[in-house]
Formats: sequence, C-alpha cells, structure tokens
Amino acid sequence: MPEKSASTLASEPPATPVIRNPKRPAGTLYRGREGMWGWVLHRITGTAIYFFLLVHILDTSLVRLSPEAYNAVINTYKTPIMGLGEIALVAAIGLHALNGLRIILIDFSSWGTKHQRLMFWIVVGLWLVLLAGFVPRQLMHIFGGAA
Amino acid sequence: MSVIDAPRSKAAPKRRGINWEKWGWIYMRASGVVLVVLIFGHLFVNLVAGEGVKAIDFAFVAGKWADPFWVVWDTLLLWLALIHGGNGMRTLVNDYANNTTVRRILLAGIFASTAILIILGTLVIYTFDPCPVGAAPELLPSFCPVP
Repeated sequence: MPEKSASTLASEPPATPVIRNPKRPAGTLYRGREGMWGWVLHRITGTAIYFFLLVHILDTSLVRLSPEAYNAVINTYKTPIMGLGEIALVAAIGLHALNGLRIILIDFSSWGTKHQRLMFWIVVGLWLVLLAGFVPRQLMHIFGGAA
Repeated sequence: MSVIDAPRSKAAPKRRGINWEKWGWIYMRASGVVLVVLIFGHLFVNLVAGEGVKAIDFAFVAGKWADPFWVVWDTLLLWLALIHGGNGMRTLVNDYANNTTVRRILLAGIFASTAILIILGTLVIYTFDPCPVGAAPELLPSFCPVP
C-alpha cells in the first residue's frame, strides 16, 4: 500500500486534498437516480389517487340518495374525457401498486436494497405490460361499440 | 445543543406506550399488499369486464351488493384504502408543511375527512336499499318486486 517511504513523505509539502463531488451518489436508496424518482412518483401518484378516492366515495354514496342522482353522476364517467381520465387513474394506481411491492421487498428481503434499481425497471416493465393490456380495451370501450 | 450525545452519557429513557409511528409504517405495507388485490379486482370487474364503465348504474351496484362477497370486498376497500391514503397524506403534510399552524389545520382536515368518509361509506353500504319506494322501476335491479 505505501508507495512512498516515510522520509519522502515528510519532505513533501502537505498537498491540499482534492475532494470531488461524486458523479452520482453510490449505494443510496433515496438520493438520486431510480431510487429517488421511484420515491417522487410514489408521492405524486399517491396524492392523485387519494383525491380521486375522496370523490369516488362521495359519488358512490349517491346510491343511498336516489337511483336518479347516482345515475346522473355516474353517466358523466362514461364520457370520452373521463374515459381518458380513467386511463390516467389506472396508470397512477398501477405504478403506485407495483412500486409499493418494490418498497416492501426492499424493506423485508435481505437482497432488496442491493437490487432496488433493477426492481425499479422491473416495476416500469410490468407497468407497461399492464397498460398494454388495459389501454386498448379502454379505448374500445370509450370510442367503439365493443362489448 | 449538541448533535450527538457525549460518549458514556446515559441512554435516553425508553419511550413508553404504543409506538404508533411503527404501527403506521407496518400498516402501510400490510394494507398495501391487500389493496393490490382488492383494487385490481375492483377495477377489473367495474372497468374492464363486459361493457366496462358503461355498464355501471344504480341497478349494477344493487346487483353487486345483493352478494355478501362484494359487500365485504367494498367494506374492506373503503376502510383499508382510506386509512392508507389518509396516513400517506399525513406523512406528506409532516414532511412539507413547515408552519405549525398550517400543519395542524391540514392534519385535522385529513383526520376529519377520513373519519367522516369512513362513517358515511359504511352507512351507505349497510343501510343500502336496492328497491327504494317511489323510484322509477326501470332504474331498479330486476329482482325488485314490480309495484
């Protein structure tokens, strides 16, 4: 390990150590790169889903008021704009659910922290598969007469 | 104020009582796993199967809640999802609301809306009348007695 003898070290003027910022944080779960973006997306999708949930409980509660009131409100969910909104909702729920399972594996498995970055991309892959199944079906429901 | 205790100082007294923050942390993961199943089942039956969202009306809901299976499913969904979402929003408020007054108001709002919607939703599910008197017969499920 020592490349220089003690005598040469002592004769050299002490150099100011240069500490560079690492190009990317290494070995962290929440600082930078996939881990951080997974965390950010989890918060954003969670908040969006929460506010939908509040509205969804209120609109479903209209079944207790009258069939007419419930049907009037639920019919607004059948418009093309809300149909596209349902795609956004399923996308947000899918990402939150899959990343939530990733968080559980990170917290409870012995290997989760080591492979959290790989698991983020597995989450993205499964999410794309989920949307590839849902979006065409939903577009048929919105714009086509398909049953 | 020192950042860390001086060496050899006595260990901080152990906090007594239930560690609510720990149980909240456990709840998010336990309810999360169950919610993945409940929500994707809910989405499939209501949004993907058959005609999708276009099939939903008062009679559709009445038909589902005639089956105890969906009553239990929707009750679990209501409680688990709302507490999961409320606790998540509590985390965000604790993270980002620096002003004490604003934070207290937001936390009280989250707690109140969660409590009110759980009570409202539970009452709606268990006091639901699939054949309300005076409603237009064509809006009611087929099992209602013809007046």
